[in-house]
Amino acid sequence: MKLEKILCACGSGLGSSFLVEMNVNKVLKKLGVEDVEVAHCAATDVYKGAADLFVCGKDMVDILSAYGPCIVLQNIISVPELEAKLSDYLKEQGVISA
Amino acid sequence: MEQFLNFLQQILSTPSILVGLIALIGLVAQKKPIEVVIKGTIKTILGFIVIGAGAGVLVGALNYFGNLFNFAFAVQGVVPNNEAIVSLALNTYAKDTAIIMALGMVANLLLARFSRMKYIFLTGHHTLYMAALIAVVLTVGGLESGSWQLYVGGSMLLGLTMVFFPAIAQKTMVKITGDDSIAFGHFGTLGYVFSAWIGSLVGKGSKSTEDIKFPKRLSFLRDTSVAISLTMFIFFVLVTFAAVIKPDFDATVLGGTHWFLFSIIQSLTFAAGVYVVLAGVRLVLAEIVPAFKGISEKIVPDAKPALDCPVVFPYAENAVLLGFLVSFAGGLVGLAILFALQGTLNPALILPGVIPHFFCGATSGVFGNATGGRRGAILGAFGHGLLITFLPAMLMPVMGSLGFANTTFSDADFTAVGILIGNIANFVKGTGLLAVCVGLFVLPIVYNVVAPKKAKS
Repeated sequence: MKLEKILCACGSGLGSSFLVEMNVNKVLKKLGVEDVEVAHCAATDVYKGAADLFVCGKDMVDILSAYGPCIVLQNIISVPELEAKLSDYLKEQGVISA
Repeated sequence: MEQFLNFLQQILSTPSILVGLIALIGLVAQKKPIEVVIKGTIKTILGFIVIGAGAGVLVGALNYFGNLFNFAFAVQGVVPNNEAIVSLALNTYAKDTAIIMALGMVANLLLARFSRMKYIFLTGHHTLYMAALIAVVLTVGGLESGSWQLYVGGSMLLGLTMVFFPAIAQKTMVKITGDDSIAFGHFGTLGYVFSAWIGSLVGKGSKSTEDIKFPKRLSFLRDTSVAISLTMFIFFVLVTFAAVIKPDFDATVLGGTHWFLFSIIQSLTFAAGVYVVLAGVRLVLAEIVPAFKGISEKIVPDAKPALDCPVVFPYAENAVLLGFLVSFAGGLVGLAILFALQGTLNPALILPGVIPHFFCGATSGVFGNATGGRRGAILGAFGHGLLITFLPAMLMPVMGSLGFANTTFSDADFTAVGILIGNIANFVKGTGLLAVCVGLFVLPIVYNVVAPKKAKS
């Protein structure tokens, strides 16, 4: 599956999701993945196909998981947790080699 | 030449362009490639214009609501909503807000570097809202709009709030997250600290909320637009109905629409306005926050990032839901108390807005649970609900002409800072007020230099 867009979401799409977006960019750069658009938004703006992958905190999973593959963070600002889960996902999808 | 200077002055006094310039400087300072600089600058300007457009949408619905409320109950009814009041404030104070926000972030860096409150406040939308509040109350207090006194005093005050509030929440944050590496940056802190304090009083031996099984279905309210639409609909139906049944009601107010349909459309129009404002805020912050984060990591590497309230939600999910419900109940009880005060103190009636009760109520539930288990979460969040009903009522009189808007700031720190500074401004105006701002800013730095340091273990 191609990975073109990652969308990070939270309640009003201002604070937490923005932070996660910055962290996702950091991790992607570290893993050497390029040409992926990363954005953040409110739960309202999420629909099926809005992105190839969603990232959110544990509190939002009930809303988001219905719309596509979703990385759920226990600790929303933990970069190590995000890196582990994101690189697992990317390996699974064959975006980066295992 | 004169024409050119005139043109330059016009550019610098157009708020959206000014904010764009701030983003431009930030992007160039980070040595970003030219296409990123152009994109970021345009988006920031665009965002500011979008906020203004959103204000235009929601103010219509808000005016209908205010007029009907006043007609039906003969008292001012207020729906506290940060986005609504900020978008209104920006109509008049946009330039002041933009400059105070930019300089306020510099003041935050200075305090993090030179005082013992080593926090970098990264919740950008709250920085923007606090800047707007400070611009309003200081201007009402006689620091003229557009003057350097307003910029210096305002930015120092803003910088102080950006380290002070994370500092007072840190003790409980360590309890919640289990370590001391992140801080809490959301301007509802007084409510959370209040809740944590109540929790520590009543919570002895109470079990954690996380041992309860809770229905998850209320989580659809976490969708901001849905939540605002629903509550505004309920408010509109009640108020419009109360107005319509009065014998002297002038039906032309509703423009020939049936009152029920009118309520649906106006409540959703209000929610649409907030949605547009949020989109604008997102655009404005897109470049400013990462720049601030990057610069702060270079200048004060040992400072803790202070983050938005949902960072604590995953630590106690049941407390989140419980906190919202109980805080909302507190808001209803508070409303009843304000109603009972009519005829004596005549406060504005503060309706329980679902957004502050959801986000701030939830957070106060988490804080109360951390210090006092279930009992702490329930009583703490209830206290918080009362607090964010009474504080906005006390804020209205110091907001100048904006005190007559049918909306106001909702979260505890905005209202508390506004009340404090607004009332100080009743006694010391102009230069004296500037001196107070500077004094408050310098105090923690002087303390750091003078007071004995704790021996490091």
